Amino acid sequence: MITAERKPFDQIYAMTEGHDKVLVAGCDTCVAICLTGGEKEAEILASEISIKAKEEGRELAVEHTAAIRQCEWEYLDMIADKVGEFPLVLSMACGIGIQSLAEKFAPKLVMPAVNTNMLGMPQEHAVWLERCAACGDCVIGLTAGICPVVRCSKSLMNGPCGGSHAGLCEVVGPNGEEIECAWALIWERLKAQGREELMFQYRPPKDWSKSSSGGPRKMVREEAKPV
Amino acid sequence: MSDDLLTLKAGSNLEKVLSAGKFAVTGECGPPKNADGRVIEEKAKILRGYVDAVNVTDNQTAVVRICSLVAAHTAQLNGVEAVMQMTCRDRNRLAMQADILGAATLGVRNILCLTGDHISFGNHPEAKGVHDLDSVSLIRMYKDMRDEKRFQCGEEMDVAPALYIGCAENPFGDPLELRALRLKKKVEAGADFVQTQCIFNVPRFKQWMEEVRALGLHQEVKILAGITPIKSAGMANYMKKSVPGMDVPQEIIDRIAAKDKGERQQAEGKKLAVEMIKELAEVEGVAGVHVMAVEWESAIPEIVEAAGLMPRPAVT
Repeated sequence: MITAERKPFDQIYAMTEGHDKVLVAGCDTCVAICLTGGEKEAEILASEISIKAKEEGRELAVEHTAAIRQCEWEYLDMIADKVGEFPLVLSMACGIGIQSLAEKFAPKLVMPAVNTNMLGMPQEHAVWLERCAACGDCVIGLTAGICPVVRCSKSLMNGPCGGSHAGLCEVVGPNGEEIECAWALIWERLKAQGREELMFQYRPPKDWSKSSSGGPRKMVREEAKPV
Repeated sequence: MSDDLLTLKAGSNLEKVLSAGKFAVTGECGPPKNADGRVIEEKAKILRGYVDAVNVTDNQTAVVRICSLVAAHTAQLNGVEAVMQMTCRDRNRLAMQADILGAATLGVRNILCLTGDHISFGNHPEAKGVHDLDSVSLIRMYKDMRDEKRFQCGEEMDVAPALYIGCAENPFGDPLELRALRLKKKVEAGADFVQTQCIFNVPRFKQWMEEVRALGLHQEVKILAGITPIKSAGMANYMKKSVPGMDVPQEIIDRIAAKDKGERQQAEGKKLAVEMIKELAEVEGVAGVHVMAVEWESAIPEIVEAAGLMPRPAVT
């Protein structure tokens, strides 16, 4: 799933400057599951903004709404009337949803209230780990189902660097969190699968043209298009 | 002249020394964090005559410095052959090929292919790490440029760069059981020589060398054992705790710490380095030493002399 984190409140509040009406728009799909931007979180943010405005003696009308999915035109139709009432929308959807909303209702001012950060999985309750870089050229069939592109800090394709220690990467996360060495994990699972030889096969340079290095990507399924 | 000398790949001094079966000595020189090229000239002058080639680091520890290409050239103008380090962290495949073509035109013949310290350890942690290739595919790319006269994309070139291709390996990195096999992968990709991570845990290094010999790799690649003279007990502690991939046994730290801080500890560090060079030189398959005296290049001549490695061979 796509995960996102709310921006710091002061940053969000500053976006409302000069406005007297603001709509907080949540999305009830990915960002709701990661407890960041669903309808409930949109309601909470709207309340926080409202309280802060009152403290400052500022006239600011704040409401909230949520789309089932902000990234699809038909679900945006369902909130169109509400969106139409407000000159400023703070979107709590992922970057795809925010852009869909901005495009659907252009040139209305749509601002991001969250930072979209990864394609992650919920490892345990309230913990998400990045699992996919959407690189467009999946290699995990060769790496025991573990992605070295996103789970190795250096995106190595030919095995662990010299900084792997006791199953951990030499790199620590931005909050000091430990990172598992992807290649140590790959090696253990390849052994368990009896496919050790895959570790020693040469992997040529990756084709990054299939990733965002090739420019914005477009997928068309001709067979699925309406006749 | 040995048969090896008839089939030189680059004709560098380092390649000649190693191909002639002489015990090689390489040093290391870190370019400065400013535009003062004289620093490299001075370091080169200290090392001239005491090493067969000097590694010129490439933004080591992910800190910006004079680029390794210009620093390597400067070292060579000052009488020391360079081993130009090249990391995958700061350049994509276009830049890595362009720089090596440029290096070759300047007469730089030894290249060391590295992944590079992670960008988060350096002074621009907000930068985007490149990692278009990794060290193994970098080795192969340069080998194909040299031997096949082809760019990575497959296009042909008229004049190929003459390169002696090196790599690094860390016998102390986990998973330990992969470390000799990983060197094999680099050798198969095209590495001509390897310089190891600094060795402090000699028994572990010897075990790795046993695995390396079992794979026959010592016949296919020239292995230079990494030596770092310890300048102080504080430095040893720092390396043990804070430098990724380092294995510094406590008894080494205790030995240095038993001396008074300052010159006594420095003397003990140099003495230890000399002892280690002598011990490692006896290990079957070790073809030389790579002395990494971090910001202590002045220690190298004394260590090389005391280890009985002078004069350096003149191989033509």
